[in-house]
Amino acid sequence: MERLKDVWKTLKRRPMSLLGFAIIGTFLAAAALAPVLAPPEAGSRDSYIIPQTGYSPDPAKPSKEHWFGTTEQQYDLYYGMVWGTRTAFKVAVKVVGLSACVGVILGGVAGFYGGWIDEILMRFTDVVLAFPDLLLAVVIVAVLGPSLDHVMYSVMAVSWPSYARLMRGEVLSVKERDFVAAARALGARDARILFVHIIPNCIYPVLVVASLSTGSVVITAAALSFLGLGAPVGYADWGQLISLSRNWIMGSAGHPFEYWHTIFIPGIAIFLFVLGWNLMGDAARDLLDPRRR
Amino acid sequence: MAKYCLKRLAFLPLVMFGVTFLLFFCLQFLSPEMRASLYVKDPRQLAQLDAVIEKYGLRKPMPVQYVLWLKQVAHGDLGYSETAKMPVADAVRAFFPATFELTVLTFFPIMIVGVLFGVLSAVYRDRLLDHVTRFVAITGYSLPSFVLGLTLLMIFYGRFHLFPPGRFTMDTDMLVHSDGFRHWTGLLTLDCLLNRRWAACLDVVEHMVLPAATLVYISVALLLRITRSSMLEELTKDYVRTARAKGLPESVVIRKHALANALIPVVTLSSLLFIGLLGGVVITETVFDFPGIGRWGVQAAQQLDVPGVLGSTMLAAFLFVLANLISDILYAVVDPRIRVGN
Repeated sequence: MERLKDVWKTLKRRPMSLLGFAIIGTFLAAAALAPVLAPPEAGSRDSYIIPQTGYSPDPAKPSKEHWFGTTEQQYDLYYGMVWGTRTAFKVAVKVVGLSACVGVILGGVAGFYGGWIDEILMRFTDVVLAFPDLLLAVVIVAVLGPSLDHVMYSVMAVSWPSYARLMRGEVLSVKERDFVAAARALGARDARILFVHIIPNCIYPVLVVASLSTGSVVITAAALSFLGLGAPVGYADWGQLISLSRNWIMGSAGHPFEYWHTIFIPGIAIFLFVLGWNLMGDAARDLLDPRRR
Repeated sequence: MAKYCLKRLAFLPLVMFGVTFLLFFCLQFLSPEMRASLYVKDPRQLAQLDAVIEKYGLRKPMPVQYVLWLKQVAHGDLGYSETAKMPVADAVRAFFPATFELTVLTFFPIMIVGVLFGVLSAVYRDRLLDHVTRFVAITGYSLPSFVLGLTLLMIFYGRFHLFPPGRFTMDTDMLVHSDGFRHWTGLLTLDCLLNRRWAACLDVVEHMVLPAATLVYISVALLLRITRSSMLEELTKDYVRTARAKGLPESVVIRKHALANALIPVVTLSSLLFIGLLGGVVITETVFDFPGIGRWGVQAAQQLDVPGVLGSTMLAAFLFVLANLISDILYAVVDPRIRVGN
């Protein structure tokens, strides 16, 4: 209870962080209520597939039937935005969660055992870090074939090294502490010492980095979708919807902003989503890092 | 110091080995037939797939293929990039200067804006200026480059027909490839100036305005944050209090005392920022159809143009190691307390 009060006190002094929570809360509600907000057509097999009305290449303006208008080939933008919220959460949570796990385990093992295991794991980490993120991700997706799952794997493959480095440093200092020696004296095995005693004591910095990097993970995944490596056309995914707008930045003669909605609506959604995570990440850093209080 | 630098430079080939080996490993997920088809340009050659596999040793175990490739590189042959339609070495020479120009044009505004507003933000902590600066920074940090890029294109190019995408207009293209045009440096803006082609130079710069603006807005946030937090930390230190107690005016305390120390992390970060821009402009170059290293790398990766991907990633990895080295050296240069090796 005391702790919760503390959290609330810190947040109250930071209206921007509260804004972050509000934004993500709103998106969360939209994702949960997706079947109500945008009911899938009767008989559709996959609710993530955006309904299509006709095949005309020109995007249509917002209207009564299509609140946000349509993209090229008449995909309903409103439906795509609502169900895209679920896709965005799925990508953010899965990629950050998995890459943090991989990083924590590899970094933990490297720091705990030291010696040649440390050397090999950390040199491997250096190599992955030396790679330009996006290029490696593109290569991986290109080899595996374009799909949303493969986008998630590839973003994970380039984002675990920072967790590994951080974790290794933390473990190096924590493993010298007395309670580790005590656990060892009691006869605990390596795995138990590492996972029960050391890792829980190093986890806060990892959580801070995870919350701060969620935004950039979402941007990287959206960038891959934008390059056409993500879900197939017509799948509810914001990056994908923006890539459908690339041909329509010019408008028609006399109406330069005729197709503004094709960029602005999904663009603002991604921007707010990432902004929300970044603001929340800032709050998490201030709450979890005692030096910054 | 020299010993330390040599040690770090010795690390470079290791990273290059690792990076290329990792790429080879990724490509093993493709069947030999698929990899062979990358060499086939004509449907009539499909019958010769087996011969191609044999010729390039595509069925051999991965380490053997890797050694074969290394031998090829040792002979100075980096291969032919299908996406660039030229040998890899030529492609690097063609695309790198463009990215370099764009990076230079982006780097200085970032440094100036980032340091200036970072310092002001720290000095006027929790005042309006600080709040506005931090808000602008976090929005830039949250904006995907392709969203900002497309929006800028829609407004400036779509509405006002200013700042077109691409590298230059047709006229400049013809001029640059004409006989009378001498390529002194490879950097188009400079070359145009040295050839006294003012209009062409202006044209080239015009094409870089929007990508540069996109990159500045998106990348300035990091520098702003670092400058601000570093400055805040310095302002609480004892020597600042001493300076104030001596009765020095606040402006002198800030400019002469705190700033000099606050800039240490900023200076060391700057080399990483510069190289990060060189290697990280992938999406921006793609959105603005700017023929640089990033766009080439992505096209090569998308189309599995193996020599192209290897070439562009090796360049990026090389720059990465170099940037880390420069940043360490800068660290020792600007901060006398730190002398590497001691």
